[in-house]
Amino acid sequence: MIELRQLYKTFVLGDQPVKALDTINLSIGVGEYISVMGPSGSGKSTLLNMIGLLDRPDSGSYTFESAETTTMSEPQRAELRSQRMGFVFQAYHLIPRLSARENIELPMVLARVPSAERQRRSQEVMERLGIADRSHHLPKQLSGGQRQRVALARAIICKPALLLADEPTGNLDSHSGAEVVALLEELNRDGITLLVVTHDADLGARARRQLKMLDGRIDRDLTPGLAPAQPPE
Amino acid sequence: MNLLDKLLFCWRSVSRTRLRSVMLLLAMAIGVCSVVMLTSLGEGARNYVMSEFAFLGKDVLVMFPGRNETTGGLPPVTGAAARNITLTETLRLQRAVPAILKVAPVIIGSTLVSHGERGREVIVLGTTGAFPDIRQMTLDQGRNLHLDPGHKDNECLVGSTLLQELLPNRPAIGQLLRVADYRCRVVGVLSGRGDAFGMDLSDSVLVSISLAQQLFNTDSLFRVLLQVNTQQPLAETRKRIEEEMARLHQNELDVTIVSPDAMLATFDQILTIMTLAVGGIGAISLLVAGVLVMNLTIINTSQRTPEIGLLKALGAAEQTVLQLILWEAALLALAGALAGLLASALLLAAANALWPSFPMQPPLWAVVAATATAVLAALLFAWVPARRASRLSPIHALYRR
Repeated sequence: MIELRQLYKTFVLGDQPVKALDTINLSIGVGEYISVMGPSGSGKSTLLNMIGLLDRPDSGSYTFESAETTTMSEPQRAELRSQRMGFVFQAYHLIPRLSARENIELPMVLARVPSAERQRRSQEVMERLGIADRSHHLPKQLSGGQRQRVALARAIICKPALLLADEPTGNLDSHSGAEVVALLEELNRDGITLLVVTHDADLGARARRQLKMLDGRIDRDLTPGLAPAQPPE
Repeated sequence: MNLLDKLLFCWRSVSRTRLRSVMLLLAMAIGVCSVVMLTSLGEGARNYVMSEFAFLGKDVLVMFPGRNETTGGLPPVTGAAARNITLTETLRLQRAVPAILKVAPVIIGSTLVSHGERGREVIVLGTTGAFPDIRQMTLDQGRNLHLDPGHKDNECLVGSTLLQELLPNRPAIGQLLRVADYRCRVVGVLSGRGDAFGMDLSDSVLVSISLAQQLFNTDSLFRVLLQVNTQQPLAETRKRIEEEMARLHQNELDVTIVSPDAMLATFDQILTIMTLAVGGIGAISLLVAGVLVMNLTIINTSQRTPEIGLLKALGAAEQTVLQLILWEAALLALAGALAGLLASALLLAAANALWPSFPMQPPLWAVVAATATAVLAALLFAWVPARRASRLSPIHALYRR
């Protein structure tokens, strides 16, 4: 599903170039459940943004579902994001003046899904995530757990193939966090490919495949239950 | 994203950030309102002047001595002519050109008019009975002057204001007034104001032409009003008059003939330009409103940078983001313009109720232009910040690096 080859990305911090991604080679198959861990500045968020087509690498190749993305135009990448990917952010990134339902329907609005279909699908997803009774509330009227579930509903409303979660439990108490994680894993069992970036070792350890990043490189690629995979050369 | 969804999205953004929207609305409303009010004022002035001059019927030509060869502007009000127009010439002219129905010669000057102890320096208009006829003036009392310019009796018509000054609460008809060194009998009283050549005739006397000739010691006429038969083409009659006057003046055309239409057209032109000018001044406030739109759009887009990043992450194309921001500015500007039109309509209704003699109405072009300028200015000024925002990379916008 995803093939990263010799991916580089450098940021300039002050006058110091920082290698955010350094020679990344990574293959991800359909339906995998992967966690990405590592200290701050190790490049794990950059990796997630790169896979999510939010950022472009300096060099290297990234094929998503056999299509080379680095040469795509911005509208093509936007289309791919809209159709195949869902994002969950630590800070939820809900639009404050839109109600829960309006936030959830936003990706469908952008994708020109007809209004009746939007209603039906958002209702279905809200019921599944247990926020149907909050549909008319504004984000500020919701608890953190509820907000993240709204964000999750928005991420999966267009039935993406890949779900990218950046510290999905970072702002939540342990109880709400566990609920959100349960939902993410349930979605993964239904076939969605899940990639979670986290600091939380407990959350990271739940994934079937665990990547550890250090200084822009994939330091370890573990698949517990199987023999440890060889680190990429 | 289809149009309805875009508008809905903008509407939510507008309606749920009330202070910003109200400020922008207000700026646009003031701009549009000022354009409409100023042009209404100009248009009102134009209509007022036009109606003030409308007393000169379409069948009246005004002839005066002197000729301005470079036509196009207003004719000289006081022309120092090579040759005068005399009373005798007007009589010959009337005989020679049958299309002329009435001739009112006019000599004008000012002198002391008194009755007993009371005296007043006023404008004295020497003419015949044809003048009040042509001008369709009405008399409160008495009769008109004699129509025959050769009539030698010293008689006069008194304006209503002057009458109050000289003969308060006394029967006027038959009284003798002293006009400079001459005695003159009051035969009638003019009613109302009766403007002529922009003068208020209520504070003046109309005397027989023969008296005026003696008073001002002149044969030369200041103006001649000619009422012509409109059954015949005006241009042809005018040409005939010019020919006849040239013949009387040794084949030299040294008089100017003005039709009221030409005078009105000139006034119309001047006042339309004035309306445009004040409209332009009003448009400056629209420009200022446009700058405000730019500032608010910059603030808006920078405050909503994460949102723009989110929209892009959710699959919004650059074009969509750009359109959303522009739509919002355009909608606000349009709403502001409509509010401004409403406000100006109310203000004009109030003004017209207060001063009914000076009716003000906005010209249609001003209403359309003001609204269009408001929306265009908003779009133009929102364009730069909108474009900048729409080009942000999603990742930078999301995390505000």
